[in-house]
Amino acid sequence: MSDASLAPAASPRARRSLMETDAHTAKRNAAEKRFRLYGVAAICAGLFFLVVLLTSILGNGLSAFQQTFITTQVFLDPAKLDKAGNRDPDDIRKVSTFGYTPLIQNAVFEEVTSRNIETPLDSAKDMKALISASAAAQVRDFVIANPDRIGETVEFRILAASRVDGYLKDRVFREDVARDKNIDAEHLDLTDALVSAGVIAKQFNTSFIFGSDASESRAESAGLGVSMLGSFFMMLVVLVLALPIGVAASIYLEEFAPQNRFTDLIEVNISNLAAVPSIVFGILGLAVFIQFAHLPQSAPIVGGLVLTLMTLPTIIISTRASLKSVPPSIRDAALGVGASKMQAVFHHVLPLAMPGILTGTIIGLAQALGETAPLLLIGMVGYIATNYPDGFVSGFMDPNSAMPAQIYEWAKRADPAYYERAWGGIIILLVFLLTMNLIAILLRRRFERRW
Amino acid sequence: MYDAPLTRREAAVDDVKISARDVQVFYGDNHAIKDVDVDIQDKTVTAFIGPSGCGKSTFLRCLNRMNDTIDICRVEGRITIDGDDIYDKRVDPVQLRAKVGMVFQKPNPFPKSIYDNVAYGPKIHGMAKNKAELDEIVERALRRGAIWDEVKDRLHAPGTGLSGGQQQRLCIARAVATEPEVLLMDEPCSALDPIATAQVEELIDELRQTYSVVIVTHSMQQAARVSQKTAFFHLGHLVEFGETGQIFTNPEDKRTESYITGRIG
Repeated sequence: MSDASLAPAASPRARRSLMETDAHTAKRNAAEKRFRLYGVAAICAGLFFLVVLLTSILGNGLSAFQQTFITTQVFLDPAKLDKAGNRDPDDIRKVSTFGYTPLIQNAVFEEVTSRNIETPLDSAKDMKALISASAAAQVRDFVIANPDRIGETVEFRILAASRVDGYLKDRVFREDVARDKNIDAEHLDLTDALVSAGVIAKQFNTSFIFGSDASESRAESAGLGVSMLGSFFMMLVVLVLALPIGVAASIYLEEFAPQNRFTDLIEVNISNLAAVPSIVFGILGLAVFIQFAHLPQSAPIVGGLVLTLMTLPTIIISTRASLKSVPPSIRDAALGVGASKMQAVFHHVLPLAMPGILTGTIIGLAQALGETAPLLLIGMVGYIATNYPDGFVSGFMDPNSAMPAQIYEWAKRADPAYYERAWGGIIILLVFLLTMNLIAILLRRRFERRW
Repeated sequence: MYDAPLTRREAAVDDVKISARDVQVFYGDNHAIKDVDVDIQDKTVTAFIGPSGCGKSTFLRCLNRMNDTIDICRVEGRITIDGDDIYDKRVDPVQLRAKVGMVFQKPNPFPKSIYDNVAYGPKIHGMAKNKAELDEIVERALRRGAIWDEVKDRLHAPGTGLSGGQQQRLCIARAVATEPEVLLMDEPCSALDPIATAQVEELIDELRQTYSVVIVTHSMQQAARVSQKTAFFHLGHLVEFGETGQIFTNPEDKRTESYITGRIG
């Protein structure tokens, strides 16, 4: 430092009052103002799209949570349901749903005639178009479960046919029924009459949330419940495999592994894996788990394994980032009092990194929960006619679908009744994802510690 | 210690605790410490001084093998504590670090309670059989760290909530809780204000009764205040080592004199 620099040098800029802004400052301020405006505009655009997204999802999907039901008194005719008359469950089981259909049609016709509703439809058989094909199965299940009720008249809340449901939800219009072989104007008139009589009504649709998928012709009884279980079993596989493997791998790489070319290579590849399209993992799973290891097709265990492969890089990257963010002084402190490397990591570093690890894991799980593409290749997308798995093993091994795959499947189907179900499925999926994110936030808050 | 004139200040005991011979340290291709020979005595405060980057902290970290955690660091030569070569294959660095405690530049309490901070070392070394013994060890360590009176009513408050000076004394208490024989201090006061510094320095002088203390410091005044022996490092060489009084009043080497009088550094 020379003394000369300390002397007050003559300023090259002219003296001016602080009250007047010079051109340079004005320019800078303008630039800052512009930048803020861009930011606000970007956020507004984001919010706008979010609102559009939410309104369209809710607008299209909320109606899936309501379903049209017919409340009716069904006479469980012993002459038809139990010809032998000894209430033997095996005999009762022999009566197929075809045996029940006339009983239900009679019951609905009885509702019509007892209320003196005028309609050109004058036989019980004409009621068929109002009643869902799954109604017979519903009554049959009830009878098999309660054989002693045969001979009584029991009140049932049976599903209305999809067209009736669509008519009540403004999806089926009178103008269009001429081209529709499933329903006609007379039935719509009858529906209107039964609605005002309180026989037909829209009610909350629990079986949409908890039920199983149905074939293409029975949109009214399709539900997300079984595929939800499929997703649940897949997430179980992902959690049990990806969390320990991912955390162990990151702890080793971050804290123990020597820094050399080989570990650098591993690091680069893990980052690359995170960016690999998920369908690639799907085809890998098809080749390795199904064709080579001969695991069953369409099974949640295979889906879980594929999603584990997909989630591992995410978990490893976020775990390593949170391990890195623990200040080295904590490691020094632990080593300094004579802790071994492992004690330092497990007693001090890991607890501090925990919120980050948990957040990363949950985000990874949420990503896996919403993944569809790899499931296409291992046969988990399509109409998979399954009921609830009976136990843990069959939950993993039996064919099943997953929530996003089910939504994709519904969106693909021709019947417009599936359209609202696809949107409704998206609402359920979003509720799951939001819940998982909320859990991630809560865990982070709970475990966060300062140093 | 504050009253004794510099020239008359001498180490009380003459036992050699740590002895280093021909020590070389490399960071990759960088030769950071060159041919260092030094004898550190028991129950003495030895100060390492020198300009930034001269290798004094590096050398300090060799004494409890904290450099092992750095992959590219390589140590050659012979460092013995009580005659045992600490870089011998049979020596477990974990046991060594229990014997040679360390206090770092920045106070680094664990984000746990004050009690847990101090109790951690004794716990992992199995020094206490039961809670009462552990309580006793913690109290003794906190008393020795001259912080007991300030924290005895809030032992379960987080250690990170203390002031900087208190945190550093907590770290010293944590280091002495494992009953080490040597205490290494890497610029323990550089993040502290003058009052906290004075408290820590006073503490260092008390610790000298029990331990061999090695302190790295940037402040020559601090070295002069607390140490009996001083080593001056410059560009990886140990330039001069001797009685603090002699180094500060009558250095033999030209470089030491320049540094002390403020012409280099």
